[in-house]
Amino acid sequence: MVKEIERSGIPVVHIATVVPISLTVGANRIVPAIGIPYPLGNPNLEFKAEKKLRRGLVEKALKALQTEVDGQTVFE
Amino acid sequence: MRLEVGKIFINDIRFGESTYVENGVLYVNEKELIDLFIEDERIKSAKIELAKPGESIRITPVKDVLEPRVKVSGGGTNFPGVVGNKVKQVGEGRTHVLSGAAVVTVGKIVGFQEGIVDMSGIGADYTPFSKTLNICVVIEPAEGIESHAYEAAAREAGLVVTNFIGEAGRNLEADEIEVFETKGILEQAKMYPDLPRIGYVCMLQSQGLLHDTYVYGVDAKNIIPTLMNPTEFMDGAVISGNCVASCDKIPTYLHQNDPIIEELFEKHGKEINFMGVIITNENVFLADKERCSDGVAKLARLMDLEGVIITEEGYGNPDTDLMMNCKKVEQNGIKTVLVTDEFPGRDGKSESLADAVKEADALVSCGQGNIVITMPPMDKVIGTLEDIETMIGGYDGSMKEDGSIEAEIQIIISATSAFGCNKLTARMH
Amino acid sequence: MSKLKVVHYINNFFAGIGGEEKADISPREMQGFVGPGMALDKSLGDEAEVVATVVCGDSYYAENLEKAEADLLDMIKKYDADLFIAGPAFNAGRYGVACGAIAKAVEEKLGIPSVTAMYEENPGVDMFKKDLYIMTTGNSAASMKKAVSKLSAFALKLAKGEKIGTPEDEGYHVRGIRTNYFHEKRGAKRAVEMMIQKANNRPYVTEYEMPDFGNVTPMPAIMDLSDKKVALVTSGGVVPTDNPDRIESSSATKYGIYDISEYDSMPADKFTTIHGGYDRTYALQDINRVVPLDVMRDMEKEGVIGELADYYIATTGTGTSVGNARGFGEEYSKKLLADGVQAVIVTST
Repeated sequence: MVKEIERSGIPVVHIATVVPISLTVGANRIVPAIGIPYPLGNPNLEFKAEKKLRRGLVEKALKALQTEVDGQTVFE
Repeated sequence: MRLEVGKIFINDIRFGESTYVENGVLYVNEKELIDLFIEDERIKSAKIELAKPGESIRITPVKDVLEPRVKVSGGGTNFPGVVGNKVKQVGEGRTHVLSGAAVVTVGKIVGFQEGIVDMSGIGADYTPFSKTLNICVVIEPAEGIESHAYEAAAREAGLVVTNFIGEAGRNLEADEIEVFETKGILEQAKMYPDLPRIGYVCMLQSQGLLHDTYVYGVDAKNIIPTLMNPTEFMDGAVISGNCVASCDKIPTYLHQNDPIIEELFEKHGKEINFMGVIITNENVFLADKERCSDGVAKLARLMDLEGVIITEEGYGNPDTDLMMNCKKVEQNGIKTVLVTDEFPGRDGKSESLADAVKEADALVSCGQGNIVITMPPMDKVIGTLEDIETMIGGYDGSMKEDGSIEAEIQIIISATSAFGCNKLTARMH
Repeated sequence: MSKLKVVHYINNFFAGIGGEEKADISPREMQGFVGPGMALDKSLGDEAEVVATVVCGDSYYAENLEKAEADLLDMIKKYDADLFIAGPAFNAGRYGVACGAIAKAVEEKLGIPSVTAMYEENPGVDMFKKDLYIMTTGNSAASMKKAVSKLSAFALKLAKGEKIGTPEDEGYHVRGIRTNYFHEKRGAKRAVEMMIQKANNRPYVTEYEMPDFGNVTPMPAIMDLSDKKVALVTSGGVVPTDNPDRIESSSATKYGIYDISEYDSMPADKFTTIHGGYDRTYALQDINRVVPLDVMRDMEKEGVIGELADYYIATTGTGTSVGNARGFGEEYSKKLLADGVQAVIVTST
């Protein structure tokens, strides 16, 4: 789906835990997520800390959208 | 470790005054079995029903399938470390098997992952459990029970009932005895110096509710790769707490009767030197996947293996674990053969796996799980049909008025299990 | 019993109208067989006959895809045919592509079983093999007789609804469709046998070759997000509580578009997840862990992004075929563009 969005002309970033799959299927901007059942969260943290974590990941994703890439790039 | 496996062939199951075996018939007593677990507050009510090959019976939703066995000698009990069984080393001595019988746990779905076993019709062609004599433990959970608690209750009931039934085989004379032995690594290698040293990498599903597996009672999420004797599996050291997607599921029965272990022993000493098993898991964190695949490659190298067969449980993100295991093992100069199933869509035109590495050049396919078939109505249903359309493989309109079910074969228990227990496979057309 | 009716498609050259100079002729029909159609008709024997032939110039077809197809379909329709055969095109590229295109259209839009034939290097093979049976042929019309006989034998099977065998047995190009069958040996046995072969450096054949998913050129970076409209898409199966579109827990055949305009955070009582491939417990406690609406809304208020789209798009990632996913992506991207979405964040479990 990520490739189709990009193909249609909209810049896209993929936040995913299983980065190798994202790479294999061809996403160009990839941000590693936390865990499969909670990509943008962590139930072991208390709420404020978790929200901060989530914010940080989305900020990284937005940063990825603002970064030129010439091929597949993982933004650690 | 050396294990004698004595099979007592069961050719019929019937209700009786108590639980025993006579002349190849296994008699079970409903009250005796239910009393084993009915005090559990998590369970509201239960009953036992019997299903035999060829009967017009549909069993659903199925959670697990287990084989009644008993440790006659050698230390430990079948299913060590769970349901109150002491944690003792198993895999040695003598174990009896009530071969041909199986215990099936059934009840309203916990999640979407439970499946169907049809005892006849086209659905029966796809599951190995249409050929076993099934003692179904049908459970009704307590009102408002939380899903993790329900899953555990059903799992524990299945284990306890299976062990109780297995006891019936303790003092019987086995119809057939097979001996399986794995020596210490050096000795094993020296035993057949001219045969290639082959290992088996068994990947265990470990992703949370209805996606767990237990090793000596330890949740597989918490293990790092380790070595096992093949005979430990035969004594129930690994049990299933998952349904994954039904077609992919490795039920406890298949861990006890691992087809890869069976086939490797078939050729052991003749064409290969079967050195042992490495187990690993399939966790939900990328770091775990990296850590464990590194561990698998390291152990394979430490064991000085020349080749490994790697099996996977599940699809989707575990395809990454499979590929990482393959790549890292191959990069250590050890050859791999992968066993997995495929999901290329109902029309078969999409890619079959979610991940791929070029080192995966030897793959055995257990079939594609997306094809749609129509299973005819059955005269009797053990369990309930109310959840069919939400079960994986099912969809809006799967349940037909006349009782037939149109669904992807994903919904059938172990239809495409990547242990290679079935003959189903796929090719390019 | 009446004979099966066959309509045959050929190009300007095989119709005897002319060579390259006539490659621009528009579609036309003729009664009965024309050119190689005679051999085809004979080869079909008593069971079927070529009742009509439709012809189009190779260049005309290539330059007027929609019109050529529409006109040809109009002509073909009226014969109420049981079978449609195009070519054989051998190695002629434009002809092969036209054969594939018209055969596909006839099958999909008129519901008539269709088949064509061409040489392996003809671009028409890769383009249409997944849609049609394409028989293999030699690379020139010198092998016409053989090609025709192969085509007719297979075509009759198709028309009569007989079981179709493997590419090797029947003589068609491998289509790239994974098809189940029951082997005589179980998988575990085949795995050990393959291991023995590989370990001894002997030849073996893999049952599945690793796929290449293909890449797409990355879009240029967005310089300033503060005035951009951003949308969220997820494969985590997050849907309204009653799953109104009945999206499946695995192998999704649909996606949904759901309104979030009135929420500052994903409400646990209005949404759920139906994805069957992960432990849903954590997502159900706080759906923002999969669809990060809370932080996106904050960022919208703070002006980090210009605007968050009124809706998010969801499907289930597990077991869902690449083909379906591709289809969803193509379709909803059109809506995203129409709604002025300028960037997308996709979240996956």
